[in-house]
Amino acid sequence: MTAANTAAPRATWLDAMRSRYRDVYGAILLWAAFIGFGVWAAIAHSDEFTVGIVVGSIFALGAIGLTLIYGVLKFGHFAHGDAMLLTAYVVFFVLTGTVVGERGDVVSPLRMDRLPGASDQIWEFSFGYGFLLSIPVGCVIAFAVLQTLERFVYGPLRDRRVGIVILSIASLGIAISMRSVMLIIWGPGPRLYAPGIRDTTELPWGTRIVSDQIFIVAAALVVVAAIYLLLYRTAIGRAMRAMADNPDLALVSGINTDSVIRWTWLVAATLITIAGTLLALQSQLKPELGFTLLLPLFAATILGGIGSPQGALIGGLIVGITQEVAVTFDVLGAGYKFSVAFAILIIVLVVRPRGLFGSGA
Amino acid sequence: MMRNWSPLTAITVAVITILIIAVPYERSGSARSVVDFLVPFATTVAVFAILAIGLNVQWGYTGVFNFGIAGFFMVGAYTAAIFTKDPATGGAITYIGGWGDDLAFLPFFDSEEWLPHLIGLAAAGFFCALLALVLALPILRLREDYLAIVTIGIAEVLRRIAIEEDRLVNATRGLTGIPRPFGGWVEPENYKYVIFCIIVSFLVLLFVAVEGAARSPWGRVLRAVREDEQAAAASGKNVFGFKLQSFMFGAAIMGMGGALYGYEAGAIAPDTFTHFFGTFIVWAMLIVGGAGNNGGAILGAYIVWGFWSLTLQIQSYDLPDALRIRIFYIRDFVVGALIVLVLLLRPQGLLPEERRVSRWLERRVARLRREERTQPSSSQAPPDPAEQPAA
Amino acid sequence: MNVLEATDIVAGYGGVEILHGVSLRAEQHEIVSIIGPNGAGKSTLIKAIFGLLHVKSGAVRFLGDTVTNLRPDRIVRKGMGYVPQVDNVFPSLTIEENLEMGAWIRHGALKDALARVYALFPVLAERRHAVAGKLSGGQRQLLALGRALMVEPALLLLDEPSASLSPKMVETVFEKILEINRAGTAIVMVEQNARHALELSNRAYVLATGQARLEGPARDLLDSDEVRRLYLGE
Repeated sequence: MTAANTAAPRATWLDAMRSRYRDVYGAILLWAAFIGFGVWAAIAHSDEFTVGIVVGSIFALGAIGLTLIYGVLKFGHFAHGDAMLLTAYVVFFVLTGTVVGERGDVVSPLRMDRLPGASDQIWEFSFGYGFLLSIPVGCVIAFAVLQTLERFVYGPLRDRRVGIVILSIASLGIAISMRSVMLIIWGPGPRLYAPGIRDTTELPWGTRIVSDQIFIVAAALVVVAAIYLLLYRTAIGRAMRAMADNPDLALVSGINTDSVIRWTWLVAATLITIAGTLLALQSQLKPELGFTLLLPLFAATILGGIGSPQGALIGGLIVGITQEVAVTFDVLGAGYKFSVAFAILIIVLVVRPRGLFGSGA
Repeated sequence: MMRNWSPLTAITVAVITILIIAVPYERSGSARSVVDFLVPFATTVAVFAILAIGLNVQWGYTGVFNFGIAGFFMVGAYTAAIFTKDPATGGAITYIGGWGDDLAFLPFFDSEEWLPHLIGLAAAGFFCALLALVLALPILRLREDYLAIVTIGIAEVLRRIAIEEDRLVNATRGLTGIPRPFGGWVEPENYKYVIFCIIVSFLVLLFVAVEGAARSPWGRVLRAVREDEQAAAASGKNVFGFKLQSFMFGAAIMGMGGALYGYEAGAIAPDTFTHFFGTFIVWAMLIVGGAGNNGGAILGAYIVWGFWSLTLQIQSYDLPDALRIRIFYIRDFVVGALIVLVLLLRPQGLLPEERRVSRWLERRVARLRREERTQPSSSQAPPDPAEQPAA
Repeated sequence: MNVLEATDIVAGYGGVEILHGVSLRAEQHEIVSIIGPNGAGKSTLIKAIFGLLHVKSGAVRFLGDTVTNLRPDRIVRKGMGYVPQVDNVFPSLTIEENLEMGAWIRHGALKDALARVYALFPVLAERRHAVAGKLSGGQRQLLALGRALMVEPALLLLDEPSASLSPKMVETVFEKILEINRAGTAIVMVEQNARHALELSNRAYVLATGQARLEGPARDLLDSDEVRRLYLGE
């Protein structure tokens, strides 16, 4: 999937040479820059570096989902950020049964934290097993929602071969609708899974982090490993990769493309739900966060190379770390965090549009 | 243009028109307050129509997928404000510019009432075109969805800069007290008629200018580029150059729309130019109205803003509380869902595009394909699409 | 017995009609070639048979069942295989994964199928974990053939199997096609290399401007002056 459409039809050997050099030198430049920056940041700003790994893990999960959708379904899922927040809210609802009412919150009796001991803290985390059980329920609901959108919106549009632009606009419309749903049901105020002061832990290198953040990174690692196993050790994973390579050939080989699409949305729903929940655990639940995630998610995906899950993983970590560390510079206030992601995006598109691991075929 | 009106179009326009007259009348009981409501309403429709026409030049005519309209909108509004306001008083209010007094340099015709504003308007267009030029070089060659996320990012970064940089444009506090063109000539309660006339006149001029440009050879090349970039490039057109011109032209239009918005509203702040209000809503208007069609841009602005204003009006009715606190979110939801529905059910919008150049290109390509099949090799390049008369 | 019967096929792309009523048949054990000038509609014909294009009128019958306009993945399950001319392997998958894609529909007998295909294409067996994108053109062609064979199809549709291959590789590919045919698979093959195709086939069709101009035993067409002059360049 090429990133740059050149308008000039005459490609001379010079252009071919130039683009090959740009490709190779671009890769060297990117790797050197990020590894250099990372090493320096790890030493000079180890606190922010650690937080960057936590945030980066969340971005990585989001970016892997985004890159899968790009690869198999061939469009940029601009509703990814809002979907992450929406599913996090759904998990919140499953856990606490809370929605906003006219005079304050309304709490439904059907909720996970009514189970005995469900809110008892596990180790030093701020949550109990109720929270953990709510997540799979959230995944199922997320899959139902996404599959419905596939059936009624994305699928019909794709069948009509409308092109990537219309699909992207449609997903932006869906994003707005999702955000409105969050505001309608839960209101604009910030929410937490479990209010109160959280325990902290001191890491071997001196940084003190919230204990929940250990869970976040560990959970992200487990999910990434599971995704890897799925994509490289199962038949359905192979079929997904095949469809990402060449959907026409997949059809011609006898692959049931509808089934693969359904599986892709299932995997994406799981990634979205877990990433969203971890994000909300890391900071808070707030509907506007959804849209602001688009820049870092797309930056991570494009940096890693569209269609490459390992690229998305590394891209997510790089964006997370860079964001957190860059705002320690005096020139940039904390508000510029997501602008850093944008800067990374521009650098990648200029230096090596196909990203670190992209196929750029 | 009237003959393109399908029954759906006519019904939608009729419904909106009836409601925006009936609802304020029902609320207030006097014709006077209906007018009081309609005039600012129409003025804002005109501003959004200007933005939508700018988008139409970029996307409808050339296929440039700009999702950062809010950025140009904002830069235009702030530029005009800086040019027309008095200098910053310091203390809690800090911003650059403030040349309003200096620009009223003509010693006649009461020039402080209009000259700074005219200069501000021109400056808004100019600086937005310049911004577009600077941005275009790295980004205009990108694939469309990359261009989308990049333009989203640009708008967000610009907004972030406006918020963070305290001494630039007064940060989150924004700029208030933007002087009104010809504000000194009428009493405040009648001013809305003046600004209405100014902005609608500008819209009419713009419409004529853009329609003229569309029918010119330049305009036809733009359409050819959108229909089939490779064919246009193969016939020797500098595709990038045309995209750049269209991008700059559209950006200038958006900037001037922003300037006029500032003149109308009197106060602007970074919060005004969010992605939803500054970009998405304009896309919704163009898609609903019909992309590729300036009349569609105006129609879409009317319908979407009509719906928007109605929800503001509905607020004062006796609604159940549950609905009242959520009315704005429901409105946003409808706008988002509306775009999806239109794309699914009527992607060409209410006013379909006049596909003159496209039909010609289609016939040309079909003829080439037939020729190619009977002769194995055909090295004939497609002729210049701009040289053919409109079919 | 006719494995494939296509009758009066009218089909095309978008609004443009390419095939104006073409009929074709293939019997068990046959190799049938389709030759003709560029743009005659040869690739279009086999795409229409395989359900990749909408057939406006006409019928396709395979092993007695009507399969006109059936979705390609359903046609594969009935026992028809298709090898496209370009983009005919999955570049980021290994050779073995590519072959496994071909056997998507037969869960149990995967190992047997792999053994069978590796026996037919030893060069693939040697490099079974190589990524397909890094293979040479000839190796890719063999892989594409192997992938289609994983399900032991009764009929194989080949779109220009010798395109952009070196002469030596072309020999290899045609040898393999012969071997596949002898093992029991009927072959319908579009070919630019008309002479080679005719030498290999039992019967052949000459297609020009969307219609079948000539048809008959390959030997006869090879001997025909008209064919030699127009399509064999002699």
